[in-house]
Amino acid sequence: MSDLSGPAPVLALGGAAFDGYVRVAEEPLRAMFTLRGDLSAKALKNAATGLAAVDMPGQGQVALNGEHCIAWMSPDELLVMTPWDEHAKALGQLDATLTDPALNYTDVSQARALFSLSGPDGLVREVAAKLAPVDLSPAAFPAGSFRRSRIGQVSAAIWMPAPGRIEVVCFRSVADYVFTLLRDAARPGSEVGLFG
Amino acid sequence: MSSRLAQGGRLIDRGAMREFTFNGKRLKGYEGDTLASALLANDQVMMGRSFKYHRPRGVVASGSEEPNALMGIGTGGRFEPNQRATMQELFDGLQAESQNHWPSLEFDVGAINAKMSRFFPAGFYYKTFLWPRSFWEKVYEPIVRQAAGLGKAPKDKDADSYEHLYAFADVLVVGGGVAGLTAALEAGRAGARVLLLEQTAHWGGRAPVDGGKIAGEEAETHVANLVAELEAMPNVTLRLRCMGAGVYDHGYVLGYERLTDHLSDKSGPRHRLWRIRASQIVVAGGAIERPLSFAGNDVPGVMLASAVRDYAVNYGVAPGDRVVVVTNNDDAYRTALAMKAEGLEVPVILDARAAGGGALAEQARAAGIRVEAGKAVAKVLGAKRVTGVEVCAQNGSGSTIETVACDVVAMSGGWSPIVHLWSHCGGKLIWDETHAMFRPDPDKAPTGADGKGFVLCAGSSNGALLLSEVIVDAGRAGLAAAEAAGFEAPVAQSWQVDEVSEIPLAAVWLMPAGASYDKRAKTWLDYQNDVKVSDIQLAAQEGYESVEHAKRYTTLGMATDQGKLSNINGLAILSASLGEAIPQVGTTTFRPPYTPVSMGALAGQGRGETFQPLRRTPIHDWHESHGVQWEPVGHWRRPFCFPKAGESTHDAVNREVLTVREKVGLLDASTLGKLIVKGPDAGKFLDLLYTNMMSNLKPGRCRYGLMCNENGFLIDDGVVARIDENTFLCHTTTGGADTIHAHMEEWLQTEWWDLQVHVANVTEQYGQIAVVGPMARQLLEVLGTPNISKEELPFMAWADRVVGGIPCRIYRISFSGELSYEISVPAGQARALWEALYEAGHGFGVAPYGTEALHILRAEKGFIMIGDETDGTVIPQDLNLDWAISKKKDDFIGKRGQQRQHLALNPDRWKLVGLEVADGAVLEDGAYILDAGDNDKGQRNMQGRITSTYYSPTLKKGIAMALLKGGLSRAGETVEVTRLGTTPVAAKVVEPVFYDKDGEKQNV
Repeated sequence: MSDLSGPAPVLALGGAAFDGYVRVAEEPLRAMFTLRGDLSAKALKNAATGLAAVDMPGQGQVALNGEHCIAWMSPDELLVMTPWDEHAKALGQLDATLTDPALNYTDVSQARALFSLSGPDGLVREVAAKLAPVDLSPAAFPAGSFRRSRIGQVSAAIWMPAPGRIEVVCFRSVADYVFTLLRDAARPGSEVGLFG
Repeated sequence: MSSRLAQGGRLIDRGAMREFTFNGKRLKGYEGDTLASALLANDQVMMGRSFKYHRPRGVVASGSEEPNALMGIGTGGRFEPNQRATMQELFDGLQAESQNHWPSLEFDVGAINAKMSRFFPAGFYYKTFLWPRSFWEKVYEPIVRQAAGLGKAPKDKDADSYEHLYAFADVLVVGGGVAGLTAALEAGRAGARVLLLEQTAHWGGRAPVDGGKIAGEEAETHVANLVAELEAMPNVTLRLRCMGAGVYDHGYVLGYERLTDHLSDKSGPRHRLWRIRASQIVVAGGAIERPLSFAGNDVPGVMLASAVRDYAVNYGVAPGDRVVVVTNNDDAYRTALAMKAEGLEVPVILDARAAGGGALAEQARAAGIRVEAGKAVAKVLGAKRVTGVEVCAQNGSGSTIETVACDVVAMSGGWSPIVHLWSHCGGKLIWDETHAMFRPDPDKAPTGADGKGFVLCAGSSNGALLLSEVIVDAGRAGLAAAEAAGFEAPVAQSWQVDEVSEIPLAAVWLMPAGASYDKRAKTWLDYQNDVKVSDIQLAAQEGYESVEHAKRYTTLGMATDQGKLSNINGLAILSASLGEAIPQVGTTTFRPPYTPVSMGALAGQGRGETFQPLRRTPIHDWHESHGVQWEPVGHWRRPFCFPKAGESTHDAVNREVLTVREKVGLLDASTLGKLIVKGPDAGKFLDLLYTNMMSNLKPGRCRYGLMCNENGFLIDDGVVARIDENTFLCHTTTGGADTIHAHMEEWLQTEWWDLQVHVANVTEQYGQIAVVGPMARQLLEVLGTPNISKEELPFMAWADRVVGGIPCRIYRISFSGELSYEISVPAGQARALWEALYEAGHGFGVAPYGTEALHILRAEKGFIMIGDETDGTVIPQDLNLDWAISKKKDDFIGKRGQQRQHLALNPDRWKLVGLEVADGAVLEDGAYILDAGDNDKGQRNMQGRITSTYYSPTLKKGIAMALLKGGLSRAGETVEVTRLGTTPVAAKVVEPVFYDKDGEKQNV
């Protein structure tokens, strides 16, 4: 099933967006691959860096280059993303690089919903801080930070590609729940001013 | 009368008039007033009726410790009972009503209880209503509940929204008085990230009222300077109207921020719950003044001395015209001086100390105030309002020396440090004899994971009562906290403090010391729960020696104020009654929250639409627009059935079953768990997890497998497909997706870490659509699906195919016994595939079907369902699944469990059978199969139970599966099955496969 022809995949919420005191938006599909194995294995590193064209991230970090990125998920797991139009090419590359069966990749592009929070940096941080038990201060969570955490009651990963922008990925089935939480957290009148 | 003074009031804006109502009466106050100060300004001293005796009660305090002035605030969806008028800021349109009175606050029928108070002593309910026992629920309890109780429960759904916020700090400071500000400043200067919370709307706490100069400035100016410096520090966050509610393990603290309670405009969240992780916590909550225990100390107009001057200085309100001060310490003299300065009369200061007071007493005398040492209040005169006091000697039984007319009694029994937050997580207290108070024991702080303390107290919370001591102590605490949080601490700034010195108080727990029973029975300890000195003494006399028992017997400290004013006074009375020292009796446990917090704040975003996550399949919206009847399955919603217009649920289910048996049906099976198990040792791993052999499965083939726990009991089942040499796809039950994933990860991470295997949960990557029924193949062929004949894609095989232009993976597996293709498709294309199948199937009479049809179809085939035929105590052998248990494998999880004698060698295990009733009736779900005789408890013996029971539209009769002692060895027998409310019914034991026993229909 590596061939993704047929009708264009639809997003869980059809690209929902809300303009609150920060903007909450469902992002277009992005190719996402879970890589499992020894993170120091050359083939695994080559597979990840070959797709994303960035260096390997440290613990709790994401290495970014536009929509390309490698995120550190656990001592034996990476999440690699590329733009959706590189999906097929990426699958081919991964098949070619990860020939060792002890190294493993899984296409999870459509298992997920992807959201962005964008606006003034401090406000974007505080909207996320209403829902995720993460220290989102600029010092503790600078651009390039990545956390596997939760949004409300469900698993989510959040990261900061750049100041003023946080991206959130959750499972597709709970996209509506997560969007509703983010939307309510961003409603004008609920500003906190926690981060300046 | 109480009234607004002509001038003054540092917190009010006399240019901003605010209108509000109290019990429907329109009143006026000012911006900056609290509801309590505005009511006093309108001569409304009586603010409620007491809980038990319905006695008239007025405001006693000026802060969050207030026990009496509880109000119902707001209306409809914004009504909330038991709100303290002292903490409620005034706003235009505020609607308040007093509580616990009928028909009115001024005239209350329930006040008859007070006349009967002799007959309502401690433990009255326990003693009186024990007999006859049956009377409690029907007679006594409804009457007691009608007569007692404080606020009314809201009737409407809460109209407001609430939210949580996660915050982190190196040093969290709770309390924004001079102590908290000083501690925050030192911690902030040391570089720590500081969060400072203050529950009121103002910084500075008591200092601006109590006076003293810091660095040559008035306290108010100094506070403003401190705040300005803190606000300029980027590493410091300050929050007003945010209470530190509770301290929990690992530096977790709840902050309770009230955002709109003080505003007319209620838009936006009402409360915000701060969920804080702090490395170090500084508690700078101040201290609470204690009432004195004299007869009639609950009459409206008897107030804490500090509160009396707070109302004058902060709000420009005089609680009365003639103020008698009664005290055991110097501090209360400040009230007399403040009243005098406002031009009010202070006829006398009664100082219970035989030697009288210190420098402040001199100032009072100099101001022309009469000061009487060694004197006490014998009795307060007045009912709904203080009219005077009878004066007596403190030492003695209370013979009246003289009567003094007054309308306010300002009392002070000393101060108790606010040690609640110190104690929440295990901080211990020591008794300070000099000041007659419990204060934190610095050697026994609450400890964190490293065994070191993570809470410090600062200022009055730490027992420092003089301004100079407060400031030194707070600076020390702020620096110590920063240092403990890993910052290098400089030397604390020292401040020049000018203050009036004070001499020690004398502990006075009863006034006069030898008060008679009549007096003690009119001397209140706990205003909110109506507990008197005589009640505690009675409890002690009856053997309630532990403070925890005495508390529960008398209800002392159990009201919404949690005994902030009453606990220390109560335990002093208890210890005196027991003849023990106060520290030997000890305190009751301080538990969070510090004051009540709203349920809404605790729930936060977890209500309404986001009460809990609802999981939707990629085809969810289609179901919704096609008349689906939902069934909750975990957090998922799955279609139960799709009734057509006018069709009953039962008819819809039957139609769906027959459509599958005769034509073709579509099932959204997306919720099934899909776990990819990959690696060189994947086969070996699965052989250990499943009871049957998986490693010899050929790529391209599927096999049904069972999974057990270590005890041998079934936990999950599903079809495993081998994708390639190193890769398997394991289907789990809907509920098992996450738990089986976790089960696999646990074994891989803790026991079999040497296996080279990785597991990925791809449940949500794919939609899965089952195309089921004799016409399933034709339907797929209409959509141009190639190579799906029996030969090219046989039963229990899988293949990648393009269906309707969409690349899919098709599994030839069947849970219905019919020809079946389960099509896996990337989630984003699942809806398109579903619609294509639905449209192409029109000519075949296709219909979507739901979980109930699915269940009936599988029950007709005798297929088990995890959770129906299993309940955590069922082994595969009980379900006749011996064929799925490998005898070749050395081991698998559950193997040894199943070999235990009571499982392996027990002929009486309840095992799977089918049941049929002669007239085709449907047995009741969960019914028992009766056995002969009774057990030793006189209950009828059972020999089995119904696990699944349905009406089979295919067979046109009821069918059931059951677990029966002896199982199929009893085929042909007739057994008795229970029915609710009627006689049992006879059922015949049969094979549990009711339809297509040879499995020919699925294998075509």
